[in-house]
Amino acid sequence: MTTQQTSLEFSRNADRALADADLQSALEKLQRDSRLARPVITGRLPEFEALRDRAVAIKNHTLAHLDHYLEQFETNVTEAGGHVHWCNDDAGARDTILQICRDTGARAVGKGKSMVSEEIHLNDFLIENGLEVVETDLGEYILQLREETPSHVVMPAIHLKKEQIATTFRDHHTELDPARPLDAPSDMTEEARIKLREKFLAADVGITGANMLIAETGSIVVVTNEGNGDLTQTLPRVHIVIAAIEKVVPRVDDALSVLRILARSATGQEITCYTTFATGPKRPNDLDGPEEFHLILLDNGRTKLLEGEFRDVLRCIRCGACQSACPVYGAVGGHAYGGVYGGPIGAVLTPALDGIEDAWPLPEASSFCGSCEAVCPMRIPLPGLMRRWRDVAHSEKLNKAGTRRGLTLWAWAAQRPKLYRTGARIVLSVLRGLGGRRGSLRRAPLAGGWTASRDLPAPEGGTFVDQWQKSRRAQARK
Amino acid sequence: MTNATGAATRVGLFATCLVDLYRPSVGFATAQLLEAAGCDVDVPAAQVCCGQPAYNAGDRANAAAIARQTINAFDGFDYIVAPSGSCAGMLRHHYPDLLADDAAYAARARAVADKTWELIAFLVDVRGWADIDARWHGTVTYHDACSGLRELGVKDQPRQLLEQVDGLELRELDAPDVCCGFGGTFCVKYPDISGAMVDNKTDDIVQTGAGTVLAGDLGCLMNIAGRLSRRGETVEARHVAEVLAGMTDGPAIGGARSS
Repeated sequence: MTTQQTSLEFSRNADRALADADLQSALEKLQRDSRLARPVITGRLPEFEALRDRAVAIKNHTLAHLDHYLEQFETNVTEAGGHVHWCNDDAGARDTILQICRDTGARAVGKGKSMVSEEIHLNDFLIENGLEVVETDLGEYILQLREETPSHVVMPAIHLKKEQIATTFRDHHTELDPARPLDAPSDMTEEARIKLREKFLAADVGITGANMLIAETGSIVVVTNEGNGDLTQTLPRVHIVIAAIEKVVPRVDDALSVLRILARSATGQEITCYTTFATGPKRPNDLDGPEEFHLILLDNGRTKLLEGEFRDVLRCIRCGACQSACPVYGAVGGHAYGGVYGGPIGAVLTPALDGIEDAWPLPEASSFCGSCEAVCPMRIPLPGLMRRWRDVAHSEKLNKAGTRRGLTLWAWAAQRPKLYRTGARIVLSVLRGLGGRRGSLRRAPLAGGWTASRDLPAPEGGTFVDQWQKSRRAQARK
Repeated sequence: MTNATGAATRVGLFATCLVDLYRPSVGFATAQLLEAAGCDVDVPAAQVCCGQPAYNAGDRANAAAIARQTINAFDGFDYIVAPSGSCAGMLRHHYPDLLADDAAYAARARAVADKTWELIAFLVDVRGWADIDARWHGTVTYHDACSGLRELGVKDQPRQLLEQVDGLELRELDAPDVCCGFGGTFCVKYPDISGAMVDNKTDDIVQTGAGTVLAGDLGCLMNIAGRLSRRGETVEARHVAEVLAGMTDGPAIGGARSS
């Protein structure tokens, strides 16, 4: 899948995804595993709901005073010997990172997993400019070999089966014995480990994201399960962190509260294998750490979101729970959404990042079942925000003209109950006739969408309101 | 069983457009259950639809117009009850949002919201009613429709009542709370995704071995019944109110007519 799919072609992407047997079996496993894990992990922590409330309150407070906490964070990073670079957009962030790499004479870059680096398409840019860039998260490494993008925010290669990964390794690690066994996941992780170890040691610059930024200390928090984040930030001479502005929290204590719900929501773990707090570059007596520490604070549309009705989405901690729980994501996977983020969070964020005119099908692609909101640790009202985007798409006439015409006609009739009832009587008797003795229709006029995969039950005949009034009149006459 | 003035509790039955047009028998079952629970039931003729198709399509102007029409038809009742979690959820949670800036209707929308209930939750939580007089010889399974479950907390109430139906055996689905793929206009906008979702639901239903699937929302039931029928499965689909009211003589949803 070297060509990036677009959000506007969501329907076509979805059809392709539904026909992909490997993808379907990978998604089925994700859905089943996350459904089974959740009650176990939340059940073991009776205060889970209270922790959610606390995390929501922390984030709401921070967003209300974002300027204050970002400046406090900057002051503390600078005091620790680091450099903060404020970047308004993707191009600004890319140029800043490239300049840091050039200034330090870097040739090789090791990268930790970072969704915001996907947002600004960092890898392609650095590679085009002559740098060697290697993803060090196992999932991201696999995707880099396959020239694919992450399909889930915490399980980037969840769309792949292990057999596909084995093939990818054989295709790319051609210097290794072609007859080596790669059946077990442990064979593959061992192989990746050996390959990546060389890269960690060779990297001049390490680039990571950050799960949180702590204002009172100027620290960054990075959580991983592989320890690659730590090797990426401590081994190279220069560490560059890229983080969007909403990642800041006021205090260490707040970060701990958020950490308690993050891993539980993301992977069903109580805590990730590695949780690293790092502040600035290596100090004189430190045994390890980077000599230079740069922090890219990226806006990329956040300030605009902060002002408007989509503000709640800035609470997102990128746990991916909404994706794992969403039945639409579960049917088509993350790539079908086209943007950087798939699933419910993508349906809300992508229109903000790419523009609603290029992403309007995404907020439409929800049955509003509410599973995403139910599992979101930050209680982001995702269906409500998708509906807000639908309001915008409708008022800008972005959705299909036929859909809008049908809706307008229906709404016009629905505001004229007598006419509506007369029309309904005619339609119902036709449908009942078409249903015949069988009681359901395999095809019906104007119902191709429905009958593509299911029969249309025939109506019983007559309307309830008509029949009720008739029966009450009959009772009154008695 | 009376309201503040001493008269019987007056319930406005909001049938919902699907029950009104597709399955009047669910409306009659609803009325029978409400009357059995001591309510005085009326069905205002001016009711049409709750407005969700417009609301969820981003057409707030038309949704608000339909909401005002519904409020006009129903706000004189002590309670408004619908045999649907989806439509009851619309009145209860979304009308106040939709009409928040409408000086003439904002307060009325909030009042209507406060007295609107999904049928089964109303019977159990408001009326404390459990006087089931129904028999059903067979196995059923139960699908938790999304809006009722997640917007209104309808989960235990239908199971409490079904437990008392003489002869009925409930076999739970593996994933009763996963969406069936109906989602209002979602199912025709994205028929293939919806089709995949209802296929998963159908697999789950068939695996229980139950003869009948029940739910509290006709939209989901038509979706599920349609897929069961397309696959040639023998499992029937009915609204839970039909079983609780003992009104199961007629054909199941999308089922063959006997005459």
